[in-house]
This record gives sequence, structure tokens and C-alpha cells, in this order.
Amino acid sequence: MRIPISWLGEYVELPGDVTAEDIHAALVRVGLEEEDVHRFEVTGPVVVGQVLEATPEPQNNGKTINWCQVRVAPEGQLAADGGADVRGIVCGAHNFTVGDKVVVTLPGAVLPGPFPIAARKTYGHVSDGMIASTKELGLGDDHAGILVLSSIGLDPEVGTDAVRLLHLDDEAVEVNVTPDRGYAFSIRGIAREYSHSTGAAFTDPVERVAADLSAARPSGFSVTVEDEAPIRGRVGCGVFVTRTVRGIDATRPTPPWMVARLKLAGIRSISLAVDITNYVMLELGQPIHGYDLDRLTGGITVRRARPGETLVTLDDQTRTLDPEDLLITDGSGAIGLAGVMGGAATEISSGTTNVLIESANFDPVSIARTARRHKLPSEASKRFERGVDPAVASAAAARVVQLLVEHAGGTADELGSVLDESEPPAAIALPADYVTRLIGVDFSADEVRGTLAAVGASVESTGAGFSVTPPTWRPDLIDAASLAEEVARIVGYDRIPSVLPVAPPGRGITREQRLRRKAADALAAVGAVEVLSYPFLSGIANDTFGSPTEDAVPAVRLANPLDVEAPFLRTSMLPGLIDVARRNLSRGFTDLSLFEIGLVFRPEPGVTYGHATDLPQGGALPSDETLALLNAGIPPQPRHVGVLVTGNTVAKQPGQTALPAGVADALTAVHQLAASVGAEVRVIQGRHKALHPGRTAELVVDTPTGAVPIGFAGELLPALARELDLPRVVGVAEVDLDALLEHARREVVVSPIVSMPAATQDLSLVVPVDVPAAEVLATIIEGAGELLEQARLVDDYRGTGVAEGEKSLTFALRFRAADRTLTAAEATEAKNGAVALAATRFGATLRD
Amino acid sequence: MPRSSRSVPAHTGHGKTLRRRGRTRDAVNSSLVSDPINISGSDVDQAVDAALTDIAAAADSAALRAARNAHVGEASALAKLNAGLRTVPKDQKAAAGKLVGQARARVNQALAAREAEIAEAEAAAQLAAEAIDVTALPTRWTPGARHPLLTLEERIVDIFVGMGWEQGEGPELESEWFNFDALNFDADHPARAMQDTFFIDPPESHLVLRTHTSPVQIRSLLASELPVYRISPGRVYRTDELDATHTPVFRQVEGIAVDRGLTMAHLRGTLEHFARAMFGEEARIRLRPNYFPFTEPSAEMDVWHPGAKGGPRWIEWGGCGMVNLNVLKSAGIDPDEYTGFAFGMGVERTLMFRNDLSDMRDMVEGDIRFSQQFGMVV
Repeated sequence: MRIPISWLGEYVELPGDVTAEDIHAALVRVGLEEEDVHRFEVTGPVVVGQVLEATPEPQNNGKTINWCQVRVAPEGQLAADGGADVRGIVCGAHNFTVGDKVVVTLPGAVLPGPFPIAARKTYGHVSDGMIASTKELGLGDDHAGILVLSSIGLDPEVGTDAVRLLHLDDEAVEVNVTPDRGYAFSIRGIAREYSHSTGAAFTDPVERVAADLSAARPSGFSVTVEDEAPIRGRVGCGVFVTRTVRGIDATRPTPPWMVARLKLAGIRSISLAVDITNYVMLELGQPIHGYDLDRLTGGITVRRARPGETLVTLDDQTRTLDPEDLLITDGSGAIGLAGVMGGAATEISSGTTNVLIESANFDPVSIARTARRHKLPSEASKRFERGVDPAVASAAAARVVQLLVEHAGGTADELGSVLDESEPPAAIALPADYVTRLIGVDFSADEVRGTLAAVGASVESTGAGFSVTPPTWRPDLIDAASLAEEVARIVGYDRIPSVLPVAPPGRGITREQRLRRKAADALAAVGAVEVLSYPFLSGIANDTFGSPTEDAVPAVRLANPLDVEAPFLRTSMLPGLIDVARRNLSRGFTDLSLFEIGLVFRPEPGVTYGHATDLPQGGALPSDETLALLNAGIPPQPRHVGVLVTGNTVAKQPGQTALPAGVADALTAVHQLAASVGAEVRVIQGRHKALHPGRTAELVVDTPTGAVPIGFAGELLPALARELDLPRVVGVAEVDLDALLEHARREVVVSPIVSMPAATQDLSLVVPVDVPAAEVLATIIEGAGELLEQARLVDDYRGTGVAEGEKSLTFALRFRAADRTLTAAEATEAKNGAVALAATRFGATLRD
Repeated sequence: MPRSSRSVPAHTGHGKTLRRRGRTRDAVNSSLVSDPINISGSDVDQAVDAALTDIAAAADSAALRAARNAHVGEASALAKLNAGLRTVPKDQKAAAGKLVGQARARVNQALAAREAEIAEAEAAAQLAAEAIDVTALPTRWTPGARHPLLTLEERIVDIFVGMGWEQGEGPELESEWFNFDALNFDADHPARAMQDTFFIDPPESHLVLRTHTSPVQIRSLLASELPVYRISPGRVYRTDELDATHTPVFRQVEGIAVDRGLTMAHLRGTLEHFARAMFGEEARIRLRPNYFPFTEPSAEMDVWHPGAKGGPRWIEWGGCGMVNLNVLKSAGIDPDEYTGFAFGMGVERTLMFRNDLSDMRDMVEGDIRFSQQFGMVV
């Protein structure tokens, strides 16, 4: 909301030297946040001039300019810039004649832009100033010609300061109005708030038409409300006031002060009658619609639209109406979308002489839905959506009548109507100590009563406290808490003391929260950089990485994605990491180790999610069944860890060759991750359609009920890496962290530390090359029995001495007994058990 | 080295042997006078002198080993003397034994001392040989980094955990009921349209990407026994295009406390404690009236940031207020018995003014340089 300061000053006492900053400071204290200051930005010598001579001079470029002599000061006096009283000025416009009074910007003046004016040589003359258009002055969009003052009804003395004449010295403060306070979308509301903040005397603008309102009620114009389908039980129209003014001259200019105020308020001047309706809307917060009375057919009926009904609105768009749309209709059919936009057929035009004024109050929900449905957010709908004072309708209509009579030469007519079925505000019970209990400030009863009375409520004492009836313009005051806020807000939040509450003893963060931190710290500790990528993906990205097999997994789609190419939510962490990797590579970082921990969105195949029926109303606890349904309607969102490595994990250095990154690094990260949360991941040779077929690891966690898959690691398919402009080798891993945590150990089973000496032996077995080492290792552990304390693969040899198609795996074995020193023979016997089992399983033989 | 060290004792030892022999002869002579036995004192003396000379001359452990062989080995003079004790007449045996034993002890002592000296010298030489340029060693472990938004969240959570609060969480893809209805956003209220919501297709499913962390308020209240003191950081979504000050995916931290007797003074006290923990003891909180559907009264909170770049100043930090009666009722809580307060702030914004960052894009693009500046600690 933009508030011209001169306008505000009409209704609340402002200090003579008040600045925009002062007003902002006062308004922010009561919750109207500062947004901006608007000015015309016209300064310096800008005066009324009179054209004495105008000589048309055709130019080579085909244009004709006027070489003018303009009187800019009374004869014999110095002009406002200290120069001569008559100036030579080149003017390109032709909409004026000798004798016209115009606005002259003299050298030294600055117009909006900023556009400084100086004497300058042009078209063979020195133009000693400029004759201005309304657009150049920042008053309007009319650039067709210069502003001829008689056209706006002015005939001032030559030399008059045009800045003051046209009210270009006014300025407006802009504040942000929160959606609960529709009344603040008016000068009336802002003046009242300024008064609350500063204590300055407030005059209700309604009082300007008090005499008119106490006269006879307008009558004779038929208005009926026939709402057969109220939305959420509320009739669409509660108040409908009409008034008539006859014999106006619709072509008269809008007075300059009104143009200036509208402009500062952000509304373009259109025509006198329309300007007046907008002016009254800004002043009182009541949207007004004017009809050409002679184009109406009979009386007005307010009703819902019929299926298929259409309306041509003011903007000449044909709109197909919805049965929820509330309409203004006459004998000819729909003539307006109530509270949103009028119809073209009955609008006021330059030929209009008799005007019917509509000042009505419509249901916020109905208007909000219609404005949204037809994408027609208007100044009127904005106010209705937030609630308009139902008691101001008659005053607003009277104010329009007053201004039309005064400026358009019309006569007030008694033809009109007053329909008022608005509900008076309900009284709210406010327990005596409630405000103190909620705010924590020891408010006295007088303070509570006085503050609420100041905002316009009527306050009565009851046994238990107060009965408070809010004013009609405050539909946001609905319960005790809102009244408490009102008291705290007006008295000032600064009075609220600082008291630290004592929470009951807490249990710290949960196991999962703690382990997630450890997981992230562990990955960063082994050199990975944590990143946060957006979870918006293309269908292809999800299909490629969401599942290891050719079957695509279902994904959640956004109804209104920012990027139509990426309308899905991620089912995998890898596409986001790939994006980040590409960005870093393009910035010259070739050695990358990245990770991200975040949610992926994994709807189950074949399940329809969401809550198909209407949602339960807020403000009441839904049944357990409803809550369960709401939760069941939300797709699973497990937390995944993604890892990506490329380039070198160790760079070339003195005494150190580079170690290129690959699947080994991705797996190292996985094992580090698992260790950090107390889990152990087993690696199985696997397949994933996006990964190198020979370099893919399936990751499982062994549980008492079997192996649980928790992710995979590998290297991107080289062809895919090439397609993505990535280096040929990119190691990746993705782990379901939730599943990993679920299967990680909860408690440590501690074995006693045995101090008996160990016996170590090496074992080399020859097996077929396609036997995974991990399986041989597992077999050794199984076959060697309890004496084996640790077995570790130390070598995988192929070549001379080992037959084609076979490999020699060497394991370092460490044996230990809890109760005695092992003999070499005992260790050898255990080792032989391992060899025997490996021989049975894989045909393994001892290598000599 | 080995060759020269082997040869050196033979030469230089000779001169020394002569000189020492002259010095020790008197003592040996005197014993000879009183003990006319087969094992002559001069023989022993000579053997000892020769041994001591070679031991002293041994420059490394190999030379010393050679000296040991030569003078205490089986073929050495002393060994032979020792063996000769058997032939010594019984009455002279004790004296001769003593003489030889003392000689052997002297030689062994000298050997041990010289061995220690050589070991020390050799160890020192090895250390000298092993010296390297420690400024040019290979790094095998490149440091990684946490994302500062997440470490900042952890820090915020820790501050509240220190007050006895617990950490809450909820889904990012959320039911509209939790995101709006339960939080007193009426289906037709303009505030709901102002949230720039990402809706899930089809819109009739009533699913959204949560527009704030506030649905966790409801989830915390539904899931826990009262009183509830909960701090909930997390990711939220709005349909803003990415620019220097907006991102469609960002993070918030949300606090809610519901207990008997909580007032707006407790809200201010909590925020002030939080601000001091984050920004230093001089930090303060200023509240300005505002509107949020889920709180009443509602306030905008500014923090006095004593360490702000360009001097201490007030900075808009977030929104807060007393939990709206309808929100309590949505969670089945009797507002006559319980009151609560809630607050929320953007984590990006907090990091921006805390660390004087000006472009939000740096936080979301994943350029490794951004996180690496923070390392493991925000």
C-alpha cells in the first residue's frame, strides 16, 4: 500500500516537518513493514509558461519542429532560474497554439530519469528549456503532446511554480500490508494505525459525508441477492448500496491533485469518473464500481453464474464463467464479475451522463476463488479477499457522489438502494488475566480496556474479564489471542521482557540424528566435499539411476515445476552429484570427491498417493484413522548417501605417483561410511545398467534374517560418462542410509582381549579367475574354525607359474587360542581345514 | 669402509701397544717376582693391551666384531691363557685364575663400552642419512569438507539441545494438511496463495513440497507427550527462481515449545539466548508486529549483530509468535491449559550475514571451493 503523505495528513495530524522516514518508523512499530518511498523526482525551476510565438520549421529528417518564444515570468521580472522572462524553446509537439499555458522546465531542472535540463543547441537554435508532457513530468503515460494546462482546467499566472501547482512535491510511503489486515489497504486504515503508533489525532474520513448519510436513504433502484450456492455456507453478497448521479460531464479533466495522489498511490489516471471511484477506494478501502445508468436494463440481481455463461469484461476479454463465480446481472444478463472486474457493456464512457454507483461487500472466499480462477488479481479483489469494512459501503457511495457532483458537474439523485444483511461482529470473551498470561507483561485492566477501545472495539466489563466487540473493519479480531496481540502491538513489543523457559531434561539428539552427523563427518574426513544439489530431475535421469535393472522406478512429478525439463523429484542422488561434478570440472577442478546426504522420493510401484477427498479442516484434531490415511498418502522418502569420485584421489607428488580414482575409492567411502555408523557392508560382484558391467558392486548388510541390499557402487558406463562430458572413469556409490542405520549394530558385543601369543601363516590358493576373492576368504574363515583370528587377502597373482584361467590368492592368516600358546602344528591343522573346504567349494589347490 | 677399518687396528694398534706395555710392565713384574708360575703376568698384560688397543681402534660394528673374535674368541691369547689355567700347579691356580679373569673382564668391559659408542654413532649416522625435506612430502589424504549450511544447523541444534530441547524432523514431500490446514492456513486465505508452493501432480492429491519447516510443529505435537520443546532444521521449497538472494530449495530451522504457562516473554528469552550463543554476548532481539497464520500474536524478529561487517546493526532474522489456538487444536491440545511459542529462520540467510556472504548461488551450486573454505567447522 502506497500512502501519499498529503492525503494521510488530511485524516491524521502530522508534524509540519514530518518525513517519509518518520512515517515509516511510526508504521513499522505497529506492524506495517517499510517497503519504499515514491516521489515524482521533479526538482528545480519548473514553471508555468505562456507560448507567445510558435514558428513551424520543417526539418531534413521529415519532422517539423516548433520554434517557440515562451514567457516564463511576468514581464520585466527574472524567471525562476534567474534568466530572462521570455525564452526561445524548440518543441516537437503540435497540440498547442499561441497563447496556451504550458509547463516549462528551465535549465537546472531535473525530470525523472534523472533527466537534467540545460540550454542546448538543437535544430539550429539554442533551446533554453523544455516544454513538458505529462509523461516527462512523471504524471501519466500521455506522450502524444505537451501538457496544455487549460486541458486540465488550470489557468495559473505565468511564472507560477508548476511543481507545487501539479502537486509534484508530494511523496508517498509504501508499506507491506499483511494479509490479515485488509483495512490497512486504505488511507483511513493507515491514518488510524499512524494514530495508534504516535497518539496523533485521527479524523475518520467517513465524517466528510456525515451530513449526506443522515439525509434520506436512497431508494427506488431494485437490487436483489439470489445466492443459490453459497460457498462454505456464506452468502456471496452481504451489502449492496447504489447511488445515482445525473448529468455529469464525463470528459472533464481530473483535478491535478487527484491525478498526483493516484499516481503516487500507483494508479494511473484514466478518466474523471473512474479516477473518482479509485480515489474513494484508496481513501476508504471500499472498492466501487460505476455503471452507465442508461446502459443498464432494469434492476440488479447478484447471483452465481450458470454453467457455460460468458461475460465480456472491461479488458474486452470474453470469460467463460464458473458456477462458483458471483455475478452482477441486470435484465440483459451478466454485467460484471462481482468484486473482481466489471463488464464492458455497461462501463462508463466519455458519453456517459448518468452514473449508477455500486458500493458492495462480497464474501472474501468467493472473490478470492474467482480472482484466482480467472487470473484477475485486481485492486478490488485484493481488498475483498482480505475483508472490507461492511459498514463503510454507504459512506463510500456518498463520497463518490460528493466528488462527482463537485468535479464532474453532476447532480445527486435519490434513486438508489441500501441492502445490508451483514452480520455484526460477534463479542469475544476476554478473561481478565488472559493478555498478561499470553504476553508475559503485567498489563493493567485499564491498559487492556483502553487499548482495545482505541482500536475501535467496544469493551464491556464482565465478571470474569471483558466482553469485547471488535469494530466492523477488523474481521481479523476473532478470539482472545488476537485481542492479546492487539494490546501487545499497540502498547509495543518492546515492553515484553526476556525470560528463558526451562525445558524438561532432554535426551539429546536421537541415535539416527547422531549417526547421520557421524556419517557426514566420516565421508568429509576421508576427503569428500559435501554438496547440496536440487532434487529436480528429468525423467531420463531418474530412469537411468533410479534402479539397477532395466525396469524404471516410479517417480513423483511436480504439477508446477520451475524447469519443464526437470519436473520429477529425484529417486537417486547420483544425477545431482553428476551435475555438481560437471560444474566443478567446467571450472577447472579435475580431481573431485563429492558426497551428498539427502532425501530421495521413491513411491512404491502401483500405489496411488495423496489424499483424494477433501482435507480435514484445520483447528481440530483429525481422527486417528484420518491421520493414518494422510500419512499413508505421503510417498516414502528414504535418506540416501551419494558419492562421486573422479580424477586422482592422490595427486602426483615428489616420491608419490598419482592414484587415479575409481570404484575402489567409491567402495572405500562406503566402508568408511559403514564403519562410522557401526555397520558392516558386504560387497558382491553386481550389475547396474548405468555402471561398468565388470566394475559394479552390489552392497548388502548381513542380518540374522539374511542379506539386505543397501546400495551399489561402481564406475559409470564409459559411454554414459562420455555422453555426460565426464572423464572416462567416474566412481560412484549410493547407499540407503536409513536402511544402513536400521541394520547397523545397536550395541557392541565386547570380546575379552586375549593376550596369548598369535601364530601367523600365509596361505596361497589357486582358484579359477571367476571365483570372487571375497567368497574364497569367507570359505577360509569358515574352514579354519575358531582358532583363526583374522584372515586378509594380501595378493592376487596371475601369470607365470599359474595356469591360464586361474589365479593365485594369498591370504595372511593369524591364529590365536584363548587359553594357550598355539603350536605351529595346531595352526597348520586349522589352515588345512580351510584349504580342504576351499578345495571342495572351488577346486582350490595349494600353490607351492 | 669395511676394508680400511679391518686394516687400521693392526697398524695403529702396534705403536700404542708398545707405549702401554712400558707403562704396565712394573705391575706385572712385581707379580712375577712373588708368583713364579707358568702363566706369566706379562703374557696376560700383553694380551690385554693388544685387545684394548684394537677395541679402541674399532671404528664400526664390523671392526669391533673382528676385535672381539681376535681377543676373546676361541683362538685368542686370552682364551688360550684361560685354557692354560688347567695346567697351573694347584697352589698357584687361584692367583693365576684371578689374573686371567680380571684381564678378561677388562677386555669384555672395554668391548661393551665400545659397542655402545659405536651403536650410538651408527644410529646418529643413520638418522643423518634419513633426513628429508619435510616441506616437500607427499600428501596422501586430501582434506574434505562439510557443507556449512549443515554444520551451521548442527550447531544451532546443539545450542537448543543444551537447553534440554530435542531435534524434530518430518518429510519434505508433505501433505497439504500438515503444511497448511493444520497450521491455520485456510484453503481460501490469501496467505496460502502467497507461499509460492510446488504442488505434486495431480494437484487433487493434496501433496506439496513443504514450503516451510512448520509442518514439523504439528508432527512434533502429535508424536510427543507434552511439554514439547523441539528444534527442527530442514529443507524447504518455494517456486522462486535462483538468483543472488533467492533459491527454490533452501533450509529453515524451526522451533516450537508448548508447555503450561509459556508467554511471549519466554519466546523473547529463548531467542535472545539463541542469538547470544550464535553472535556473542552483545546480541539482542527486537520484535516487530507481523502476521503469520500459525501464530497469534506474531512478530518479525531482528537480531542485533555485534559482529556484522561494517559495524553492529539490526538484521531481519525470521518470524515468530505464540502458537495460534487453531494450531494447538489441530494437534488436539487444549489451549486453555497449554500455550506455546514458535519461531523460524532461514539457515542460508543466517549463514549469509554471519559470514558476510552476498550471493546465495554459492551455497547451492556445489562449487567445492565454497565448502572447502569452511572445512569441517562452520
